[in-house]
Amino acid sequence: MSNLAMRRGLSAHRIGAMILRYWYLLLSSWPRLLELLYWPTLQVMTWGFLQTYVAQNASFFARAGGTLIGAVMLWDILLRGQLGFSISFLEEMWARNLGNLMMSPLRPIEFLISLMVMSLIRLAIGLVPMTILAIILFHFNVFSFGLPLIAFFCNLIFTSWSVGVFVSGLVLRNGLGAESIVWTLMFALMPLACVYYPVSVLPYWLQYVAWALPPTYVFEGMRALLIDHVFRADLMAAALLINAVLLMASFAAFLALLRSARRHGSLLGSGE
Amino acid sequence: MAQNDAEVTRLTTADPSGAAAIDVSRLVKIYKKTRAVDDISFRIARGSITGLLGGNGAGKTTTIAMIMGLVLPTSGRVQVLGHPMPQESAQVLGRMNFESPYVDMPMRLTVRQNLTIFGKLYAVENLSARIAELASDLDLTDFLDRPNGKLSAGQKTRVALAKALINQPELLLLDEPTASLDPDTADWVREHLETYRKTHEATILLASHNMLEVERLCDRVIILKRGRIEDDDSPDGIMARYNRTTLEEVFLDVARGRAKEAGS
Repeated sequence: MSNLAMRRGLSAHRIGAMILRYWYLLLSSWPRLLELLYWPTLQVMTWGFLQTYVAQNASFFARAGGTLIGAVMLWDILLRGQLGFSISFLEEMWARNLGNLMMSPLRPIEFLISLMVMSLIRLAIGLVPMTILAIILFHFNVFSFGLPLIAFFCNLIFTSWSVGVFVSGLVLRNGLGAESIVWTLMFALMPLACVYYPVSVLPYWLQYVAWALPPTYVFEGMRALLIDHVFRADLMAAALLINAVLLMASFAAFLALLRSARRHGSLLGSGE
Repeated sequence: MAQNDAEVTRLTTADPSGAAAIDVSRLVKIYKKTRAVDDISFRIARGSITGLLGGNGAGKTTTIAMIMGLVLPTSGRVQVLGHPMPQESAQVLGRMNFESPYVDMPMRLTVRQNLTIFGKLYAVENLSARIAELASDLDLTDFLDRPNGKLSAGQKTRVALAKALINQPELLLLDEPTASLDPDTADWVREHLETYRKTHEATILLASHNMLEVERLCDRVIILKRGRIEDDDSPDGIMARYNRTTLEEVFLDVARGRAKEAGS
């Protein structure tokens, strides 16, 4: 047996093995691949046509071209990033494979890193056609954001991973009975993250809650860029700081929930 | 029966090298108000095959899960290959493996893909050659490229066994390894396990309801009842103590609470 298996610390080999496992799974199922394209395409078309209609009838939206469709595309990074992470995790629960993984030398942090990489791969599969469609149909090029797009993307994907790590821990601890949280939790953030409207629309006291969420900074930053043509680096830095706290908290929560699952024997059944 | 220190010492002497593959001491697992495992202690010598017997709910699966680190004990201590579990699991997980009816191999992936992934997780060197060797040994060659979900129950069990052997483990934990197999395949699997133990000097702990299997394979039998160790000896020793000719008869005596003819 190789000494490599006994090596302590992170192993790129094991992370690669898990990415390969999800890649094989993705390629083995055309409905899984189609699903990655279906919802983003539907989203961008619905909101794109709505924006076209509104722009023809409201001077503000005509001036602030792209705020709706831009928001849809950034929201999709947030939502699909989390779902890409969580669905790969759920595949292990559905396949009753978690026991095999937990009994292998794979470490929890390696497992989570592989899920993060898979969320990026799944996101890319969905976003590339969505981006092309937005250019062709609505003349909206998300890459016209320029370098700020990198800041937007990083902040959104970090938040999506935080939520993904946390809900995966919940499912690990509570079984597939908690699966619905995976599909719904991100939508709870939607009204507070002010995806389609500025924070000032919210009641004063709720604005404090909104500013506690990193995506709020991203969507405000996007509107500042599209409407005022200003890149708000301060907003991105604040979002990054909150994201760092959220990511660390989600990792700690996952490890605590994993320990609780071990205490309660949830890893043996991993059913409902 | 709760074990005292003298009894633990007796079990230690069964492993003269003093380096037990598994060392379980005063292990307790309580789920809410149920004592699934109730103060058990035993040591398993390296290179031995030990059977864990008991009816449903006797605590076999929970005991094995605690040895693997999948379940945390309420109290007590587990050492595997000289390392405390789960604190030092990183040092031993690559040297052991398991098979259980409570877990599956991913169904959509082919046998080769599954073995490749687990081989990489266990950092197996010359992985393609190892997969080919296992496929040949376990008669899997013809369906290496078939999805796991399209295999028969017997074929799936052989694939699960191939996964359990991929890293040539020093310690193999098996929960009902021949359940759902026809007698011919089951016999063939047992033969393979015997050969593996001999050629690799591996330690095997298996939980089983199949008494013939335990009689044939095991050097030692630990009988659990309601989370406690009811008896612990060689198959012949146990059968002699109960004045029975098969372990099945002993099992029924234990399950129905009939007293031993000799011993206690």
